[in-house]
Parts: sequence; structure tokens; C-alpha cells
Amino acid sequence: MTTGRPDAAPLSELEVARIRADFPLLGRSVRGGRPLVYLDSGATSQKPRVVLDAEREFYERHNAAVHRGAHQLAEEATDAFEAARATVAGFLGTDPGQVVFTKNGTEGLNLLAYAFSNAAAPGALDGADPDWARRLHVGPGDEVVVTEMEHHANLVPWQELCRRTGATLRWVGVTDDGELDDRAARLSEVITERTKVVALTHVSNVLGTLNDLRPDSTVVAAARAVGALVVVDACQSAPHLDITALTATDSGVDALVFTGHKTLGPSGVGVLWARRGLLEAMPPFLTGGSMIEIVRMEGSTWAPPPAKFEAGVPMAAQAVGLAAGLDYLTEVGLDRVHAHDQQLMGHTLDLLADRPWVRVLGPEPTHRRVGAVAFVVDGVHPHDVGQVLDDSGVAVRTGHHCAWPLHRRLRLPASTRASFGVYTTLEEVDAFAEALDRVPQIFGMAG
Amino acid sequence: MDLYGELILDHAKRPQHAGLREPFDVEVNHVNPTCGDEISLRVHLDTVDGGAQDGALVLRDVSYDALGCSISVAAASVMAEETLGHPVAETLTTYRHLHAMLTSKGQDPGDPEQIGDAVAFAGVAKYPARVKCALLPWTAYLDALARAGADISAASEHGDRVDP
Repeated sequence: MTTGRPDAAPLSELEVARIRADFPLLGRSVRGGRPLVYLDSGATSQKPRVVLDAEREFYERHNAAVHRGAHQLAEEATDAFEAARATVAGFLGTDPGQVVFTKNGTEGLNLLAYAFSNAAAPGALDGADPDWARRLHVGPGDEVVVTEMEHHANLVPWQELCRRTGATLRWVGVTDDGELDDRAARLSEVITERTKVVALTHVSNVLGTLNDLRPDSTVVAAARAVGALVVVDACQSAPHLDITALTATDSGVDALVFTGHKTLGPSGVGVLWARRGLLEAMPPFLTGGSMIEIVRMEGSTWAPPPAKFEAGVPMAAQAVGLAAGLDYLTEVGLDRVHAHDQQLMGHTLDLLADRPWVRVLGPEPTHRRVGAVAFVVDGVHPHDVGQVLDDSGVAVRTGHHCAWPLHRRLRLPASTRASFGVYTTLEEVDAFAEALDRVPQIFGMAG
Repeated sequence: MDLYGELILDHAKRPQHAGLREPFDVEVNHVNPTCGDEISLRVHLDTVDGGAQDGALVLRDVSYDALGCSISVAAASVMAEETLGHPVAETLTTYRHLHAMLTSKGQDPGDPEQIGDAVAFAGVAKYPARVKCALLPWTAYLDALARAGADISAASEHGDRVDP
């Protein structure tokens, strides 16, 4: 797995130019004719034409409700949907049977959190493998561990699980540098025999911090040692890194989620991957059509996974679009996508370092970061920074980025974040830095 | 850019009547959950005894502690200026005109006769994402009035609901 230093060469100027030509939206202008500088890919990525075409072709030629009907269109739609699942499986280095389509990353994490509380219902684990069944049991006295750098999507569902079951939420802290405080001595206080789940992000959506989740990393090793399930939020890493190592047999990771719309795909589709035994043991989250085996008035039994977790007519067109987006990334090569990100990151950090009125948040070394640079301009609220950038056509994210506790930890109400995609150019980073220079001008600070 | 006029920047840098003061009838705390902006606001109401305004409710004090962007801090400052010492009924009219301007997408330039310095926020109406920044202090203000027992139905166009 990556330690943050890609071996591959970054994308050349020409290669990025070719990539940009595939993204129709990037050609538009904003705010009275200024060329768009889109530095908000951490919120959502723009879409290449192949993704839009794949969705359109599905609707124009193959649209039908998948896994239903005996007609040719139903067969074609089902084939397209299952082929998309196989593509996702390839992207993750896993088996299609372990890929569950969800609405987004948030739904995948809720699916997992609800599996634990639903497992407490009488008979919910009948027939389940005893080892997985035991690991799914969460109640008073048990603990769920998250980190202080989680997106609300990987925090609130676990808070709610604890509320429903009487378990206790604990968390791994974050250092002033925006790194996980994962020194073994500190972790041993948080991850204990009582820990049933360790849920953490691969890459911080605010700071870009790349967490070390190798099998022998302190966090994963500590979780494994006590038999806690390791759940990884890969929403911010999937667009930039090869994450296949996380699903490897001995990775120590039990489940992960990522979302389609940050990974060049459409909105409305996300992915949950989990160990086969876990998927088999987990009770369903949403119930209804498609996910059943036998239905009688008195009660029902469930289809095997992944169908067990896909109630209702699924988002087939979006899954097909996502597969096209993942193929696009794979074709560029994720090692090169990562190298490109590192080049953008280094350039951004250099330009910000030249501006003493900017305080960059998060780890200092470029290789410890992926995808995003958050910063503050002392004395100017991030919303105002974002507004000035927007006036120059530069789109960034401002606010707490759905990571309020992390901002509280860093003693900040909010921050401004520039984030990159495979199509981001060094010139865009220059334009961003130049636009940023208007902030001290407008707000009358010593610039 | 037309958003950050001199007046807004001045109010943001030097918010008027800032700081929470005694005495007060009610204190409210409002947040903007999308950005974390916060305001604590206190109102102190009094009934006029005698004269032309006999029996009218008046704002003896409006004090606040605002944490947020320049738009929301400046809005709190202007809100204090436009309410402090004024009859409640008059401030509800001010709010109604301000709200109409802010939600007009730039069509309503605002009437200085009605809303005073708050016309400086006319540019905010062109940025839908920032309208809630400018309204946050006013939303808190209306809430405080209602909790203090004032009738705030005149804050809305139809008088039957308040939807700030």
C-alpha cells in the first residue's frame, strides 16, 4: 500500500490538457466571463464525457428495471448493472459478490452501523457464522472507536449506533499538525478489549492527511489484536490512490465505502465493500423488493449478498456511469493520478508558503497529504476568502466541511479548502494563489 | 466586487453595540449549521409610559456576540443600529423590507427610508449562499422578541407566519 510517495511520473502538461478536453464542464466560464478554476473536487468531481455517455446510452438503449422482467431490455439492463459491479470489483481488487451499491458513502456507513443494532434483534443472526455473529454484537459495555478527523458521515452514524445500543463512543485524537495521534501508547488507551468497531477515514476530507492503514500500522494492528471490525471511509482516497491493498486478504480492513460522485461518477451511487463472511452475517439495512429470498405474510428471508443490501430498483444508470468513471481513472493509471496530485500539492504548498498571512492546516510534508489543502487567513473569515476567490472564478469550499469536531480540535470555526482532481492544472493553482492575493487588498490587512 | 462595500467592511471590522449586556429579558443562541457561524443575542424590552407612543413596546437594549463572516457580523451590527431604541413594531417593518430585498435576487435595491444602513446589503441578494449570513442576526432577533412575549406576526408579509 502507498506510503504517500508514488513511483510513477506525474502527468505531463499535454496529458492533463487531453484529460481536460474530456470534461465538458471545465470549458465554461463563471462570474461574468472568467474561466472556471475548479478547486472543489473534494466536494464532488466533474465528470468526463464517457460517464455522461454511458448514462445516456443506458437510458437510450437498455433502460429497464434490473433483476426483474423476462424481456430483452431487462436482460440488457441487468447485464449492464452487473458489469458495472464487476468493474467496481476490479477497481477495488475484489470479487463482485463483495460489492454492494449504495446511494453514496454516507448510506454505506449507515448500512454498517445499522447492521450492528439490527443484529441485536431476536433471531437476526440465526444461521450466521458464530465468529462474525460475535463481532457484530454491540451493547452496553462495548465501545465504538472513531477519530477526531472524521467527516460527519463517519461519526454521526456511530454516535447513533451507540445511542441505540448503549455502547460507548470513543475516539482517537488528532495532533496539532493534523495527523492521527496513533502512537501505540495512546491507541492502547482507546482501542481495548471492549472495542467492537474502529471506523476511520483513509484520507481527511479537510486536511488531506493520509492515514497509515497498512496491516502493521498502529491503528489496524491495535484493532486486529482485539478483534474489532475495521471500517474505512475511502471517499477521499478512491479518486486519487490505488486502494486495492485495503481489500487484500490480510489487510486487516473489514469494510470500506466510497462514493461515486467524488470518483468521476454520477451522484446517487456509492459503494460498500466488506468481507464475505461479514456481508453474510450482517442483517439487512433497507428492506423490500429485490433483497428477499422468500416472502410470506408471516415473514421473509433474505437473498444472499450483495442483493440482501440492495432493496428496491437500484440506480443502474448511475452504476454504469460510475464504472465508466473508474475505467477512466484506471486508464490514466492511479499511480500517475497520485503522482499528479502530489505535484499539485507541492506547488500549492510552495505558493502558500510565500504568503505569510496564510496559515496552512494539516501535515507539512507533501507526501503525507492527498487531494486537499485547507488553510486560514488570519483575521478574515473563510466565507469571505471563498467569496473573493469566487469573484475571480476560483471555486473552493469554505466552512467546516462536515468535519466540525476537527475544526473545534484545531480551534477554528471554519477553514477554506482547495482540492484537486485528475484534471487540475498547475496553472489553476497559480490562478488560485493570485486570486488569494486580493483577500488582503479587500480586507485591508498587511499583505 | 459589489458585495464588500465600505459600509459592510466598516461594520464587520468595528461592530456597533457589540458585546452581551445586562439587563436583558431573553438571550438566544443561533447557529448557521452549514458554516458554523454563531450569534448570541439579548433583548431588553420596555413599555413606553405616556406620550405619543404610550403603551408601545420599545427595545431598551439589543446586545450580541457574533462569530462569523464579515456579512453576518456586519449584519448583526446594522441590526443593532436599526433596532436599539426603536419601537418593536417599527423594527418588524424594517425586517420585512430587508427580507424582501435580500430574497429578491437583486431585483429590489432596498429603500434607505425603510431599512437605513441595511441597504448596504443589497449586493448580498445576488449571492444566494450568503443571504442566510445576512439574515442570521435578524432571525435570532425575531426569535428573541417572540420569546420575550412580543407579537412578531407583522414580520411576515401576510402577518400569519414568520419565515425568516
